[in-house]
Amino acid sequence: MIKINTKKLAKFFGYKLIRLVILLIVIAAISFIMIQMSPIDPVKAYLGQRIVSQEQMAIIGNYWGTNLTLGERVLGWLQTLATGSMGFSLIYRVPVTEVIMQKFTASFILMAVSWIISGIVGFGLGILAGAKEGTLIDKAIKTYCYILQSTPTFWIGLVFLMVFSVYLGWFPIGLSVPIGQLSDTVTFWQWLYRLILPAITLSVVGIASLTMYTRDKLISIKKSDYFLFAQARGESFWGIIKNHGVRNILIPAITIQFMSFNELFGGTILVEQVFAYPGIGQATVAAGLRSDVPLLLGIVLISATFVFLGNLIADIIYKYVDPRIRGEDDE
Amino acid sequence: MSETPWYNRGLFSSLNLRQKTLLTICLTASVLLIIFICGTLINANLPTDFTIKMQPPSFEHPFGTDWMGRDMLIRTIKGLSLSIIIGIGASIISSIIAIILAFIASMNSKCDEFVSWLIDLFASIPHILLIMMISISLGKGAFGVIMAVAFSHWVNLTRVLRAEVLQINTSEYVALSKRFGKSRFWIAKEHILPLVLSQIFVGTLLVFPHAIMHESSVTFLGFGLSPHEPAIGIILSESMTYLAMGAWWLAFFPGVALLIVVLLFDIIGDNLKRLYDPSEANK
Repeated sequence: MIKINTKKLAKFFGYKLIRLVILLIVIAAISFIMIQMSPIDPVKAYLGQRIVSQEQMAIIGNYWGTNLTLGERVLGWLQTLATGSMGFSLIYRVPVTEVIMQKFTASFILMAVSWIISGIVGFGLGILAGAKEGTLIDKAIKTYCYILQSTPTFWIGLVFLMVFSVYLGWFPIGLSVPIGQLSDTVTFWQWLYRLILPAITLSVVGIASLTMYTRDKLISIKKSDYFLFAQARGESFWGIIKNHGVRNILIPAITIQFMSFNELFGGTILVEQVFAYPGIGQATVAAGLRSDVPLLLGIVLISATFVFLGNLIADIIYKYVDPRIRGEDDE
Repeated sequence: MSETPWYNRGLFSSLNLRQKTLLTICLTASVLLIIFICGTLINANLPTDFTIKMQPPSFEHPFGTDWMGRDMLIRTIKGLSLSIIIGIGASIISSIIAIILAFIASMNSKCDEFVSWLIDLFASIPHILLIMMISISLGKGAFGVIMAVAFSHWVNLTRVLRAEVLQINTSEYVALSKRFGKSRFWIAKEHILPLVLSQIFVGTLLVFPHAIMHESSVTFLGFGLSPHEPAIGIILSESMTYLAMGAWWLAFFPGVALLIVVLLFDIIGDNLKRLYDPSEANK
């Protein structure tokens, strides 16, 4: 029976909330200062190749506040942030929160799909490799993981694009919407069809660390006394793996998977760039290249919150869901 | 196992595990050194020959040629040597940061809390995003990339070093030295540094593969080296344009080459770890 100490839980969440707020304030300030330090002139980067007179440039500079001191700018940015507004995106010309909401939903689906696929497949492969330790299957899975860990995500995307889109012609080369169609008229199947390749790329990359972790855990369990005893009782091999292996590893494996939000987000940026999938990753790259400071800072804050949430869930699972640790806590 | 594994048969059968580990390290290191030296000797301004542009791989040009008729093999090697230089710079700087922070953490509990908080802070921003931002703030280019990669990869090594230093600090000989009135700096130099030196060394080498991978990723996105430099990231982002035309060799071979270099560094790091920590060797 799950018995949760509410007072302790409230304290835990309150503490985490304070941490998140402090973290976000510091990240907001530091990233803002970092961007401001940049020798790249935002006005010039924004205008690009367009020819503009000095006076007009001064007007834009004035409007953006490039003539203020650094301290004033940091305070101003934190003050606007406190009111819940992240400013106005310069390249999309709508409030940053709106851009992030829209882009993040598109990316969220991509991330969620690949996160689930990589979790299930990674865990399965890890169990298989651990159970068949030393055999050809184990070696194949291990080699696969080693190679994947040393492969840049975007290159795997490129290879998939070459094989499945260009050579076999199974999937479109990019874009989440067929050319010449509005994004709201896309049918579900069209959209799903274009999601497959980016999602597979992202999951293939995410498998490696989980598989290696699961494999190592299972091997150490296989050396334990209770495993030996179960074998002596005459239980079937896969039965023992199921009852003693999977049950023991599942919770730490899920925790690991939740803690991988950091890499997941980084991978999404690269994969979206390769497949021209219009999500948060493309928005990040566009914001960075064209000096859209409000949008870039907004994305940094959102991604930090996202990673923090992943770690928080991992913490909760570790502290409250794991029956062994929960039992110790309540006593 | 009753039958002898492959590495105990034939040419290397007389070697023990330690010798084999050393041999592996030497072989992989020499391969990397050859790539590096070849890369530095090659002139960056390759001749362009439009009569042989966009040719698939052949015996004359094993990696094919690009849209300006440049040999892709030479460009790739040049790019790899650039990656190796950036990797060396970034991993050394990140280890220095890690050492300094681990030292600060060992001072007192307040400093220790501060360092742990700093680790949390840096770990909570996605790596790629952090590298992008630092690179932008330093004005991109080689310097920006090296600093960006260095400032985002010290986290793991600092964690390891901090735990190690904490453990050493509780030992009896450190307490004894304190009683004898030795300064903190003396203890750090004489007691702690020799013990963590191997960790630092291995940690630096293990940053290397990540550094190279992240450098190429960031360059690919357009936040790293400038487009006229012969970096792997630039080559790969260029190849995106020609992908639909079926020019697969532009993306495939440079990527495989990068993968091999990263793997070689991984192998060196793992083997060195075994050499320094024999208890790991049997895993």
